Amino acid sequence: MTTTLPALSALAQEAQPAVGEATGTASLAWLLFALPAAGALVLFLTGRRSDRWGHWLGLLTVVASFVIGLLIFLETVGLAPGERTRELALYSWIGSGSLNVDFGLRLDPLSLTFVLLITGVGSLIHLYSVGYMSHDPGRRRFFAQLNLFVAAMLVLVLANNFVLLYLGWEGVGLASYLLIGFYQDRPAAATAAKKAFLMNRVGDVGLALAIFLLWLELGTTQYNEVFGRIGEVPSGTVLAVTLLLLLGACGKSGQFPLQSWLPDAMEGPTPVSALIHAATMVTAGVYLIARTNPIYDLTETGRLVVALIGVVTLLIGAIIGCAYDDIKKVLAYSTVSQIGYMILAVGLGPAGYALGIFHLLTHGFFKAGLFLGAGSVMHAMNDDVDMRRFGGLWRKMPVTFVTFGLGYLALIGFPFLSGYFSKDAIIEAAFAQEGWQGWVFGGAAALAAGLTAFYMTRLMFMTFFGERRWEKVPAHNGEAYHPHESPATMTVPMIVLAFGSVGAGAALYPVLPEWLAPTVGELRELEGGALPHAVVPWLVVGLSALGVLAGYLFVGRRPVPVERPERVSLPVRAARADLYANAINESVVERPGTWLTRILVYFDNRGVDGAVNGIAAGLGGSSGRLRRLQTGFVRSYALSMLGGSVLIVAAMLAVRFA
Amino acid sequence: MSPTNYLLLSALLFSIGAVGVLVRRNAVVVFMCIELMLNAVNLTLVTFSRINGTLDGQVMAFFVMVVAAAEVVVGLAIITSIFRTRQSSSVDDANLLKY
Repeated sequence: MTTTLPALSALAQEAQPAVGEATGTASLAWLLFALPAAGALVLFLTGRRSDRWGHWLGLLTVVASFVIGLLIFLETVGLAPGERTRELALYSWIGSGSLNVDFGLRLDPLSLTFVLLITGVGSLIHLYSVGYMSHDPGRRRFFAQLNLFVAAMLVLVLANNFVLLYLGWEGVGLASYLLIGFYQDRPAAATAAKKAFLMNRVGDVGLALAIFLLWLELGTTQYNEVFGRIGEVPSGTVLAVTLLLLLGACGKSGQFPLQSWLPDAMEGPTPVSALIHAATMVTAGVYLIARTNPIYDLTETGRLVVALIGVVTLLIGAIIGCAYDDIKKVLAYSTVSQIGYMILAVGLGPAGYALGIFHLLTHGFFKAGLFLGAGSVMHAMNDDVDMRRFGGLWRKMPVTFVTFGLGYLALIGFPFLSGYFSKDAIIEAAFAQEGWQGWVFGGAAALAAGLTAFYMTRLMFMTFFGERRWEKVPAHNGEAYHPHESPATMTVPMIVLAFGSVGAGAALYPVLPEWLAPTVGELRELEGGALPHAVVPWLVVGLSALGVLAGYLFVGRRPVPVERPERVSLPVRAARADLYANAINESVVERPGTWLTRILVYFDNRGVDGAVNGIAAGLGGSSGRLRRLQTGFVRSYALSMLGGSVLIVAAMLAVRFA
Repeated sequence: MSPTNYLLLSALLFSIGAVGVLVRRNAVVVFMCIELMLNAVNLTLVTFSRINGTLDGQVMAFFVMVVAAAEVVVGLAIITSIFRTRQSSSVDDANLLKY
């Protein structure tokens, strides 16, 4: 690989597509984010007056965005591949000396793919939320924040410069914070929201520093100028930029070492988990790396770090996912793990950018479907999430069972469903790497595929099959369970997403790499490496089948205790404790931070304040004593004047005669 | 007669005045002692004028006299008004302006 590096960088320079002016339907692109933003504004400002119809307005704006996105997409498909990258300058946003930032949109295959994913899945989840949130008094506020999220996410992917991307990046962070903490009366939700916000800040600092560095080196933040001239930047700076961008991606996408906020974010309502914390926002990190591919093309080391982070994360997510009993947290760790696959893919460079985006799309379908299914189960089970209380639900909720089951099959990579195409392609590309990387990346990814099959099978058995454990125990709120199928507003989106889970892989597999080529370059299939392409699918399917079998043997065949067993083996205990991620964060970051602030506070109180207060007290005390000299007796003043005069005269005489 | 004697006389008068200011309590007497000190200074000025053969000291003496006259006017008015309010002319009784 190292020898091909100059050729690769030359390719990256040439591959920058010509940027055309957006005309026709594409000139309406600003409506894509303006409509949801306007919806959010109306819902926030009108308050309770829009309680009755607010959710329909929220749904309408996102559907309208989807229609516009679809029209622009169809128009773009009609163009020649070289002309598909277009820009739409709206106005000059920041003009200050040498810093000039336009509020400009970039319409190219990558951003349009994301626009369709965000507005398409977003529309379905808005529709689902109409039913899911129907009993919640805060439904209007929920839709306002969801619309805000969609608008910010669209700004993020449509931006044609880094500063506007950062605006969207922070906007989705804000929306995510608001929605995780949506149930304001739950302390856990407030804590989770704060945790997500803080850990995202760590990543955002990285992104901001990367943007500063690029501006310092190149004096511009426009994508086409940065990517066109990135070859002028010294290689050390390029590496720093890629690592800082990766830090930003890790924060937003819940990657190691910033992964621990994502499972906690499941405190938010389930549609939020589906839209923000599975399908769209958490994939922004993958988008960022795929978008900045001309920068990553220049640094082998940077890409290696990206791939390593992806591998570590996909293993962490898969291992922890096996131990949780909370249905949403299992799905959340599954998300962490699947995004690890995407990060691994984009870390493979030109051999993987398109594959990462491909897996992102299919994952968007089936994981959103799985979360909506989990929400449907929770809806039926008094909002309980503990799978040990579920069981045998398939007969009670057939639609949920079938759609969830299809999502499950897609996720574990059942042949010819979505996940089979996208995940296997990534594992194949990983095995195709040269040397140790092929074995490590490919081996870890294949192992995690087996683990994925295990934990998802466990989830299926505990929720939909086996004994009906909910008949024996009361719900957490003390009432008896009455499982029932969800209303049509909830099942329709699940059915649509199930179709996506089944067909998206087969439909996109032949066309997506070619469609994305103008933005991320041609997909290069590597030959050789650790394992040949023909062997890998058999290996992965075999490992997944082993995982399913293990799931059946350990969970499906035995009765599941309602109370969580506490006497468990060491690996299970470690996985239940999130592999001690929180403990590590606490001891490495939080406690030294607390000590540092305590030392600083002590220094501030005793040192700085002490000096100031000490001087003031000293002056006050000495003046209190000195003022006793003011006796009020005129004659004593006269005596001191005389004494002073005598002293002065004596001094003068001494000087005169000495 | 040597001018030195005038200087000795003025030093004597000044010392009497200074001691008077310090030891006497009656405001009017203190006042008179201040006048004595001023006049002792005047005598010194005039003597040095004579010794040096210039008129500067004499001009200065006139200034001191004018200031002393103005001071007497204001000072006696203050003493009178204090006496009216406190029925006392002792300088030690007027001791409110202190810490």
